[in-house]
Amino acid sequence: MNKTIEDHSKAASVFLQDEQRATWHDETLWFVRAKRDKAAHQLPEWEALRDLASQIKDHTLSRLDEYLVQFETKANENGVTVHWANDADEHNRIIHGILKKHNAKNVVKSKSMLTEECQLNHYLRDHDISVVDTDLGEYIVQLREEQPSHIVLPAIHLKKEDVSNTFHKHLNTEKGNKDEVYLTRSARKVLRQKFITADAAITGVNFAVAETGGFVVCTNEGNADLGAHANKIHIACMGFEKIIPKAEHLGVFLRLLTRSATGQPITTYSSHFHRPKEGQEMHIVIVNNGRANQLGRKDFKNSLKCIRCAACFNTCPVYRRSGGHSYHNSVAGPIGSILAPNLDMRKNADLPFASTLCGSCTNVCPVKINIHEQLWNWRQILMKEGYGGTAKKASMKVMATVLASPTIYSLSGKIGRGMMRIMPWSVNNKLNPWYKHRELPEPPKQSFTEWYKKKRKHE
Amino acid sequence: MSSREQILASIKQNRPTLTPLPDLQSFDVDIDLKSKFVETLTGIGGMCTIVNDFETVKDYLLEQQAKGLSVIQGVTELEGYNLNTYSHSHASNLETIDTVLINGHIAVAENGAIWVREKDILNRLIPFICQNLIIVIAQKDIVANMHKAYEKITIDEDGYGVFIAGPSKTADIEQSLVIGAHGPLSLKVFIVQQS
Amino acid sequence: MKIALFIPCYVDQFYPNVAIATLQLLEKLGCDVSYPLTQTCCGQPMANAGFASMTAGCDKNFIANFSGFDYIVGPSGSCVLHLKEHLHDDKRPEQAAAIRKNIYELTEFLTDVLQVKNINASFPHKVGLHISCHGQRMLHLASMSEKVEPEFSKAEQLLSQVKGLQLLKTKRLDECCGFGGTFCVTEEAVSVRMGQDRVKEHVYNNVEYITGGDMSCLMHLEGILKRKKSNIKVLHFAEILNAQ
Repeated sequence: MNKTIEDHSKAASVFLQDEQRATWHDETLWFVRAKRDKAAHQLPEWEALRDLASQIKDHTLSRLDEYLVQFETKANENGVTVHWANDADEHNRIIHGILKKHNAKNVVKSKSMLTEECQLNHYLRDHDISVVDTDLGEYIVQLREEQPSHIVLPAIHLKKEDVSNTFHKHLNTEKGNKDEVYLTRSARKVLRQKFITADAAITGVNFAVAETGGFVVCTNEGNADLGAHANKIHIACMGFEKIIPKAEHLGVFLRLLTRSATGQPITTYSSHFHRPKEGQEMHIVIVNNGRANQLGRKDFKNSLKCIRCAACFNTCPVYRRSGGHSYHNSVAGPIGSILAPNLDMRKNADLPFASTLCGSCTNVCPVKINIHEQLWNWRQILMKEGYGGTAKKASMKVMATVLASPTIYSLSGKIGRGMMRIMPWSVNNKLNPWYKHRELPEPPKQSFTEWYKKKRKHE
Repeated sequence: MSSREQILASIKQNRPTLTPLPDLQSFDVDIDLKSKFVETLTGIGGMCTIVNDFETVKDYLLEQQAKGLSVIQGVTELEGYNLNTYSHSHASNLETIDTVLINGHIAVAENGAIWVREKDILNRLIPFICQNLIIVIAQKDIVANMHKAYEKITIDEDGYGVFIAGPSKTADIEQSLVIGAHGPLSLKVFIVQQS
Repeated sequence: MKIALFIPCYVDQFYPNVAIATLQLLEKLGCDVSYPLTQTCCGQPMANAGFASMTAGCDKNFIANFSGFDYIVGPSGSCVLHLKEHLHDDKRPEQAAAIRKNIYELTEFLTDVLQVKNINASFPHKVGLHISCHGQRMLHLASMSEKVEPEFSKAEQLLSQVKGLQLLKTKRLDECCGFGGTFCVTEEAVSVRMGQDRVKEHVYNNVEYITGGDMSCLMHLEGILKRKKSNIKVLHFAEILNAQ
């Protein structure tokens, strides 16, 4: 957590040093992408569903305040307490307040990217409250004091031997036993006791339904439900964009979410919470943390349609070859790269450049966020705001001047194709990163323009 | 101004121009719902048995009990119903339960999910904390897809309801699928042809 | 039908043969082709690096060179896309709009406008196809593996008309090669790894040539192939479609 923020490309080059592991990471995530393709192709209405999902989210964002109020009213009627947090700190303080009131010291938490964004675990730990992340992948990275590297597959950067070593150290499993069933069952044993002995449960929210005041949580492991049902306090945390208008809209989103995420037709559990069980307190914390600001950015508001399926991670050729930690943000991948600059431009100025703009992210997005266009748009803003540095700006200025002038262009072109030397990839200098693993084409004797002038002008 | 007011005001100020809410379609397909459901459920790690009536389910339960396994029986149509005695049981008491049998309300052919209401389980923990879960559904309650399912269910009818699709699972260790994560290690579905 | 030939600056400077092939191919198909001599660059290198604000000069020059033609054709999906999406000039908005509408990437011009059914070319070799992202995903020159849509490919439609050509496909049909403009140097490690992974698939297929619609992608792949002393060569579509 207190690591220095590494520039994406530097971190990526470190990631790629372990060639075998990088290959594994790439191939495994590509396999998940392939499963997603297969699931999508089984539904002839796939593209129509994406359109619907996108339109529902568009509409919701255009009346977000009204839907949130409707949701709050219904949730209150259902006996659920609704809290509002303007930023991460307030979110953490609210949750701490609830836990403190009940003297809750041990908390089980299912996956919630929002609590990662707000760094809730650290806040609570500093206030002597223990939080156990109960999603298996999150539990593994928590034991290792790492961050999730993927929002759906948190431990995808790790191999079985890593998990085996971690469990041996922390759970006293057999040394060297890296059988996935053995390891999963070992965690199961420990975590099931944690569910039972905890004082409170925290979950995320996948969808919040305005018309009923309820919320839906999706897991495969059953960890959200075990936590929420075994405890007297259930706190659900949601970014305000999780709202959808009606129950019937869940049909559209639940059909898309898991097929996009892992290629499964649906998660094992899609749990619909409306009222606390007898003797239980249920709280919902609705969080802004910069989202309203993003809503007001015309070019970026669409990023708030995200349902956190991570399909854009799995398809991204850069993510697959750089790993989640290289994005130094709670949400990595292409979507993280358009969300992060909204939170902190300086810290995240490198992320919109961690892309070739190939557009695959946009194509897999179940809610049709124009991710690659937003990456392009962020680049413009970041450079305008001066986050590119003066050297880059100066070299671009030279390039723009040469390329805008046919006279300079043709003159500089004559000298050994010198014009091309201003292109960033072809700077004639062995320090140019291009040359590390690539050759440049041999400059031809004449350019096409020169050829054309000779051959054709007088024909 | 409270955070609530601040957030709502700032959303109102920043929200985009109104766009319409689209009309939904149900994308209904003319397929054999039962065989599609069986195929999907099997594909996601569940087991499925088609039975004519409740007798076969009863026989299966008796087999489990004969093995000395603890069983919670939540299907009122069958003898030995005892779910109500567990409605307030604490997690630590439920943790040792081996097999739970409950009614499912609606089953979805496209994804193998079954809608289970709070009134079907009484205690929300039961279908999650047991080692093995059995759900009984009527063949007539299988629908094609999630749109059809939401037409038939009322999500806030009870305080809680859940779509259950297969046994709990995880692939968080090197993407190797493990059936049986924190919840049940197995899910068996009986489709009863007669209602 | 007056056609203007748009040759991206790096093709003009580094790959004149691609430009010559494009010109000859269009002429062979009966087109009246002009080559505006003071053209330079579409402006994409600056824009994709975050400096679209600096492209006004390029835009102005482009409009000056390419106004008044029925069609503008260029052998690059990426540059054509940039112009389609971003070419503008506040002083000459109509001319900019006309260019955005009339500019075509070479293969789509051949399949959609000229509706070429018999290319009369011969290239008896094993060829791997590299699908460039901008042409495919944004100009929609081919169906995309991510989408649920009917399969098609304008490039394959043309290559299938070439006598003797054996087209070999890669498993990851449309994964990016990692060039990405300035990305190829700012993210050198990832860029190279992406390119190496693409090359590996073509090597596995035992092709003699890798072809594609964007010389920038091919330059990157060629750079990797040459460093590895591979015998596989790169050729632009235009060179194959023009081969006898």
